Amino acid sequence: MQHVDVREMPFDPWQYLADWQAQQLPENARSGATAVFVGTMRDFNEGDDVIGMYLEHYPGMTERQLATLVAESSQRWSLDAALVVHRVGEILPAQPIVLVAVWSAHRAAAFEACRHLMETLKHTAPFWKRETLSNGTVRWVDRNTLG
Amino acid sequence: MPIKVLFFASLRERIGQSQRLLETDTPLTLQEVWQRSSGETHLPDNVLRSVNQTYVDANSLVQPGDEVAFFPPVTGG
Repeated sequence: MQHVDVREMPFDPWQYLADWQAQQLPENARSGATAVFVGTMRDFNEGDDVIGMYLEHYPGMTERQLATLVAESSQRWSLDAALVVHRVGEILPAQPIVLVAVWSAHRAAAFEACRHLMETLKHTAPFWKRETLSNGTVRWVDRNTLG
Repeated sequence: MPIKVLFFASLRERIGQSQRLLETDTPLTLQEVWQRSSGETHLPDNVLRSVNQTYVDANSLVQPGDEVAFFPPVTGG
């Protein structure tokens, strides 16, 4: 079971996880491990106070690229399920931007796949951040942080 | 069928347009697509490119009817 959701509306990652797990995952005992990553908007970047962000993306290619990543990771680590949810549009500090969750039989695969999905997403999925600073300056983020 | 060219984020602002249609009956190299759509002669190494929503290298050939996109390094997550 694989699911990708690129959305403009804010979301609660824990509620999303609970709902998706309840509705989509079969009630069997295959998955001994669940690994979850939630990325949230910071109110600072590169030493400046950030009060808002706009996330642009490439509709169509974004979903396609994420689905490819999820499918490749699911095969490589024999995942039982994988979920990627990503915000676009106007985002405020403390709002979740991204949720990555994977289910597998054992924890090593779950941890590794979750991290791989997240890191690969940051370098290949066509999203771009434009942030607004507290002094009114608007700027494009030109690189990812190291980790 | 024209080639549809898209520009995103800071590159869109630099080029001054988000979309361009190139009329052609024959395949073009990605370099030719860049030159005819952006007005700039050289495709910079740090500009990413996709054809029909899949990443391609700078030497790719583009067919009439294809959708090409040029964009800066991505910063999601």
